[in-house]
Amino acid sequence: MEILVCVKRVPDTSENEIEVNSNGADIERDDLVYSVNEWDNYAVEEAIQLRDKVGGSVTVVTVGDDESEEVLRREMAMGADKGVLLSDDAFTGSDGMGTTAILKAEIEKGKYDLILTGAQADDGAGQIGGMLASILDVPYASLVNYIEVLDENKIKVGREIEGGNQEMNELNLPCVLSIQTGINEPRYVGIRGIRKVAKLEIPIHGASDLGISADSVGAAGARVKRVDYFVPDFGEGAEILEGSTDEKIEKMIEILKAKGGIK
Amino acid sequence: MGLQIFTYAIHKAGVADDSAMELIAAAGKIDSDAKVTAIVTGSGAELDQVCNTLSECCSEILKIDHEALAYPNAELIRKLLVKILPDNAVFLAVHDTFGMDLAPGLSVKTESAFVADVVEFEGVDGSNLKIIRQEYSGMVSTHVTCDISTGAVLTCRPGSFQPDEVTGAGGRVIDKSGEFGDISVGRRFLEVVEAEIGDVDITKSEVLVSIGRGIEDEDNIEIAEDLAKAMGADISCSRPIVDAKWLEKARQVGTSGQTVKPKVYLALGISGSFQHLGGLKGSPFIIAVNKNPKAPIFQVADVGIIEDILEFVPELTEKIEEG
Ligand SMILES: Cc1cc2nc3c(=O)[nH]c(=O)nc-3n(C[C@H](O)[C@H](O)[C@H](O)COP(=O)(O)OP(=O)(O)OC[C@H]3O[C@@H](n4cnc5c(N)ncnc54)[C@H](O)[C@@H]3O)c2cc1C
Repeated sequence: MEILVCVKRVPDTSENEIEVNSNGADIERDDLVYSVNEWDNYAVEEAIQLRDKVGGSVTVVTVGDDESEEVLRREMAMGADKGVLLSDDAFTGSDGMGTTAILKAEIEKGKYDLILTGAQADDGAGQIGGMLASILDVPYASLVNYIEVLDENKIKVGREIEGGNQEMNELNLPCVLSIQTGINEPRYVGIRGIRKVAKLEIPIHGASDLGISADSVGAAGARVKRVDYFVPDFGEGAEILEGSTDEKIEKMIEILKAKGGIK
Repeated sequence: MGLQIFTYAIHKAGVADDSAMELIAAAGKIDSDAKVTAIVTGSGAELDQVCNTLSECCSEILKIDHEALAYPNAELIRKLLVKILPDNAVFLAVHDTFGMDLAPGLSVKTESAFVADVVEFEGVDGSNLKIIRQEYSGMVSTHVTCDISTGAVLTCRPGSFQPDEVTGAGGRVIDKSGEFGDISVGRRFLEVVEAEIGDVDITKSEVLVSIGRGIEDEDNIEIAEDLAKAMGADISCSRPIVDAKWLEKARQVGTSGQTVKPKVYLALGISGSFQHLGGLKGSPFIIAVNKNPKAPIFQVADVGIIEDILEFVPELTEKIEEG
């Protein structure tokens, strides 16, 4: 089975306080810790496990800048066979459709049975998988937390729906799936693993390699544009307890007792 | 003349989901003169009940009744909508597990712009719809413009739009079942497997000590368990704790976990994503402990404490035990 996994390099929200920069045009990028999008890591692990079971190969691809190479290398250290970086100045400012068009051009250069994305990334849109499936005209299932290969043409997948219930479906191959966290336990990648793949070549494909006209993607082709970042005024919010740790504990116990929080 | 806006109504057992009304309210936020048409798909008598409810809130309802639609298979419904929606339509769905399945692909097929997880609309300027959404797990918001001149597919965050008062709009129900024709898709729905029931039913707990990724390590869960014991509370958690297999799924609070309604909810090292908060009902008294003063959980909590839970919680437990 030839599997392609779309991944993204993102600021790690569990490691960073995300703040708006002084003119609101972007978030404060200095000193940010980046990592591979949490959901994508599960997608790559799942691809590797499927390949190990039924044979084939796993390719990881990302649309990004030079620094995105590090996430491809990380996923190759996990066990992906190949990495491809799609990078061009013309890609900057792409909306979901633009990113999808770039990925489509790369996908059509190969022949994949299964295409995986994370269920969502740092912008919380969760749009690339669904758009890819429709633009490639193949079936799609989102929020997948179970995959079983039935035969060469069919897979069975579970989708995680409300309440943690699981919706079982059968899909024809080729298809696109977006992967939900918890589907597996992604393997640990150490420095040594990354060193092992340090010398592997990662091809970089730009707009002309992919046969994409520059004005159809990037900011030029985007119908959806981010104007600025801001932190809204949420009104009152929580009453923040001040003082020493002991004072906070004392106040908190008082409040807990008053509200029935200590039995 | 106002925009024509279509909404897709989720329903279950003959009852329209809250989100169905929220979408109608959202359409009004886009354009207060909008002509709102709700689309309802499904099978059998239940569907008529839903249409009746919705006719109180909007001017037109398109009903598509077909046995293949008894379970909402997004792949089928997408193809159906492509047939039904006029060119350049503005279409709203809810950003839930169905909307996430349906909507991005629909925008491709209808060649319209797509924006997911909208929390607010700020009107239309020329052909640009002004939208607010969030990024980075709700840590920052963004203003977004969306060119709707060739149509738009938009998903709205559940709970973000307050339904209008029911006005008795006297909406017309139009039967479009004939449009279904012979749609076939490459994805077949098999069954729904219900989530496993755990050894503690947190939906009945009065006091919950809930842990998130801030607990950092499986071994640290003990400190939260000690606190829960001292308080007489039960332990619940956010999704990453279940993903890591540190606690069972039945302990997870949120849209893809349990809906809980405790009196007091103590959130330890939980950032406060909307999917997590979606599982908190009945307005519990929320106390949040988080080392990041900007964590979104502080926007919804009643009381906030800025501390490292790994140091704070053991001390708190000790003081409670002292009585
Ligand atoms: C379709 C879908 C469904 C989902 N359903 C759910 C659901 O049902 N339930 C759910 O919870 N999530 C759900 N999620 C995931 C959700 O989007 C968030 O990723 C998740 O809730 C984050 O969990 P968290 O707050 O524990 O972790 P994080 O967002 O990583 O937050 C950790 C917090 O801990 C703080 N912290 C770190 N260390 C410490 C310390 N030592 N002391 C104090 N504070 C500390 C940090 O400042 C941060 O605020 C869903 C996502 C999707 C896409």
